Amino acid sequence: MAAIHLNINKKKYTLEVDPSTPLLWVLRDHLDLTGTKYGCGVASCGACTVMLDNSAVRSCVLPVSVVGDQSVTTIEGLSENNDHPLQRAWEEHDVPQCGYCQAGQIMSAAALLKSNNQPTDDDIDTAMTGNLCRCGTYLRIKAAIKTAAQY
Amino acid sequence: MKAAVFAGGGMTLHFNWLTDGLPLLGRTTEMTAEWTELNSYIRIGSNGAVSLFNPNPEFGQNVKTSLPMILAEELDTDWDQVKIEQADFYPERYERQFTGGSQSVRQAWAPLRKAGATARQMLIMAAAQKWNVPVEEITTASGVLLHKASGKKAGYGEMASVAAAIPVPDEVKLKPVSDFSIIGSSRKNVALKEIITGKPLFTLDYKTEGMLIAMIVHPPAFGMRFKSMDDSIAKSMPGIRSIFTIDSLTEDIDQNFFDTTSFTRFAVVAGNSTWEVMQAKKALKVTWEKEPDRFFNIDARGNKIRTKYPAGLESTSDHLAKMKEFSKKPGEIMRRDGDPEGAFSKAAKILERTYTAPFLAHNTMEPVNCFAHVTAGKAEIYGPIQAPEFIVDTLSKRLGIPKENISVRLARMGGGFGRRAYGHHLIEAAVISQHLNAPVKLVYSREDEMTAGIYRPAYSATYRAALDKNNQLLAFHVKAGGIPETPLHPNRFPAGAIDHYLAEAWSIESNITIGAFRAPRSNFIASAEQSFLDELAAEMGKDPIRFRLELLERAKTNPVGKNNDYDAGRYAGVLELVRDKSDWNTPPQGVHRGVSAYFCHNSYVAEVAEVVMKGNTPYVEKVVAAVDCGIVVNKDAAINMTEGAITDGIGNVLYGELPFKDGVPQKDNFTTYRLIRMNEAPKAIEVYFVKNEHDPTGMGEPPFPPVFAAVANALYQATGKRFYNQPFINELNNDEES
Repeated sequence: MAAIHLNINKKKYTLEVDPSTPLLWVLRDHLDLTGTKYGCGVASCGACTVMLDNSAVRSCVLPVSVVGDQSVTTIEGLSENNDHPLQRAWEEHDVPQCGYCQAGQIMSAAALLKSNNQPTDDDIDTAMTGNLCRCGTYLRIKAAIKTAAQY
Repeated sequence: MKAAVFAGGGMTLHFNWLTDGLPLLGRTTEMTAEWTELNSYIRIGSNGAVSLFNPNPEFGQNVKTSLPMILAEELDTDWDQVKIEQADFYPERYERQFTGGSQSVRQAWAPLRKAGATARQMLIMAAAQKWNVPVEEITTASGVLLHKASGKKAGYGEMASVAAAIPVPDEVKLKPVSDFSIIGSSRKNVALKEIITGKPLFTLDYKTEGMLIAMIVHPPAFGMRFKSMDDSIAKSMPGIRSIFTIDSLTEDIDQNFFDTTSFTRFAVVAGNSTWEVMQAKKALKVTWEKEPDRFFNIDARGNKIRTKYPAGLESTSDHLAKMKEFSKKPGEIMRRDGDPEGAFSKAAKILERTYTAPFLAHNTMEPVNCFAHVTAGKAEIYGPIQAPEFIVDTLSKRLGIPKENISVRLARMGGGFGRRAYGHHLIEAAVISQHLNAPVKLVYSREDEMTAGIYRPAYSATYRAALDKNNQLLAFHVKAGGIPETPLHPNRFPAGAIDHYLAEAWSIESNITIGAFRAPRSNFIASAEQSFLDELAAEMGKDPIRFRLELLERAKTNPVGKNNDYDAGRYAGVLELVRDKSDWNTPPQGVHRGVSAYFCHNSYVAEVAEVVMKGNTPYVEKVVAAVDCGIVVNKDAAINMTEGAITDGIGNVLYGELPFKDGVPQKDNFTTYRLIRMNEAPKAIEVYFVKNEHDPTGMGEPPFPPVFAAVANALYQATGKRFYNQPFINELNNDEES
């Protein structure tokens, strides 16, 4: 156990936790930020994606001790009024089916748009291939990312 | 007319007669403390707020939106003003709370229309009583009652409590289809905002005071069972509260139909947090032993079936050899028309092909989990379950708690695909909670789930066609089986279209448990049949769509046999629509196309897949689908469902497989189990609906089976090679290597 300091969604947290605990389980079990999902535990499905500063990371394999001073953004902190361009575009395209993977999809897309505000189809494929959607909503995800880039 | 509600001291209703598009003051009206229930589905507040209850479990097929749309239509209320709530499992109030078999919309259609129309009628009768005017003179629109002659008007909220006292009318008038304004439109997923903001919608997100996390350790192989364990290290690890074993089911309990489970004795690790429990689980040393033959009694609605799980450690290589052996032996004859044996003996040419497909795991994105809190004489369950009605009896027997003391709340599910029809996790969670005397959330790791059984069975189907010297079809023979069930539907197309027809079935028992997987049986038999018809059409020198339409014309005008369970006209309708919409008769340059059509779960779907070659690698770039599901309730949601089913099908036919070696599943996570990803999904999927006024049928399953063969047939056009064994990636890779 060690005292860990975290900056999540512009809020500071201090908690006692085994430093090897993946960020995912700190978010979900300790901080009740359950929008970030568990899907595979081995960084293969992307359901646990959050942003570390401006990059998408798989929180299920990221020991909380590695986070340090970097800011963590989860789906709960993506926007103040649920109006991030991606959230608006997700609504416009009515993307989700079951919805379980969508927070991870949106966070991967948010990191993509941070580094590339006019992504091509290939850019989107490259950025999003690590995120599985078992319901198969890929077409809508792609369309929504393109729409968000136009807002 | 739009109704606007102004919240004030007395909560009075005012009506805004401006119809020039002024925005409403607030969208959904919050329910007041005082409300009236007009029936199990509809609650109306004194302020006019309307809550509609979705009876069925939601796992992404959008019933939580589409079923209330049916209610709102007949109630004649404004969709933007209603609030949708998920009903608990409550069999005394709701007729059918089972989401599966693409039956939610189909079976709820009549009862929900009646529920909505009855509530509306009672509101009208209440207004007639209060205003002392004839019932027939009152009209409704957007949640408002109006008596035109006197100018009297009132919101539903004002009449709700009076309406509730009126005897429920036996007969009510339903809206004519032409008056529908909600049904047939596109309404967004009612959970959309919660999903995109990460709200805790799933049981895996659920937490209560004092709740422990529990994980199970199940045998590493089918055919093995728990023998003993050494918990000396694990039990002293941080956060660990208890390590023990449970028997989730015992052989003396008659199971219900969806109690299927591979393993019944588990080691259980319970602790404070998921990560701590995961670590202790790894440190737990469990010894396993071979399991002898096992038997379970399954009570299928009064019909007791004794089911055997044979001893042994099975491997895919043995499965394939056995399936080959069975495909050559006579099967059980399920249908015979004319004299098929005689026709085959006279054939100038016989085309024979065998198709196979492996076990598949459902891989719902949200792994199996369940919350349970069992106290003396009472059980509270909150979990992802498609079919609660099938598990409550067993829960009651196993826990020794009367059914009426077991409450089941229905969680939104992170995918279902049939997997969550099976409620073993509810029993496991409840037994663990009972043991610990604490609220518990049972969590399966991805590996636990992928290796726990309840798979799509492995299948094989052999098709034969007899042709005369003029290359005309004389007779047709299908012999299909699987481990442990046959995929055969003997009375489906092309039965009924061919004079001499024979259908045989076989099955091989196994201890690998199986379960419904999106369009059970159809998902394989469609792929085999529609691939064979494509090859047969080519052999006969016919266009594959024209060939199917000729067969359907025969089935329509002069059907063979009496039990053909499809409507040949509607079947032909989707083929004609897909032919037109895909511009089938004008083949595009550099694009290779395959067609397939199937009828299952009461809906008809035809699909054309377009494949392009990039170097030696084929890509499915586009799919055009034609769907006949009768009246479409929620159009964009039905399109979304079709797009998803097509993408899912392409993934499974190209990549999906779960092989076994000595009883051990050879894949346990997405690192090895290949699911389709965005870069492999088609770039475009076009969906067209046949317009008619047939009562609606389901959309969760029917768009899934046809795409398998549409891809196979397009791959043949692209590569010159027929694909018989799923997943095709294995043979595509062989080509690359050779």
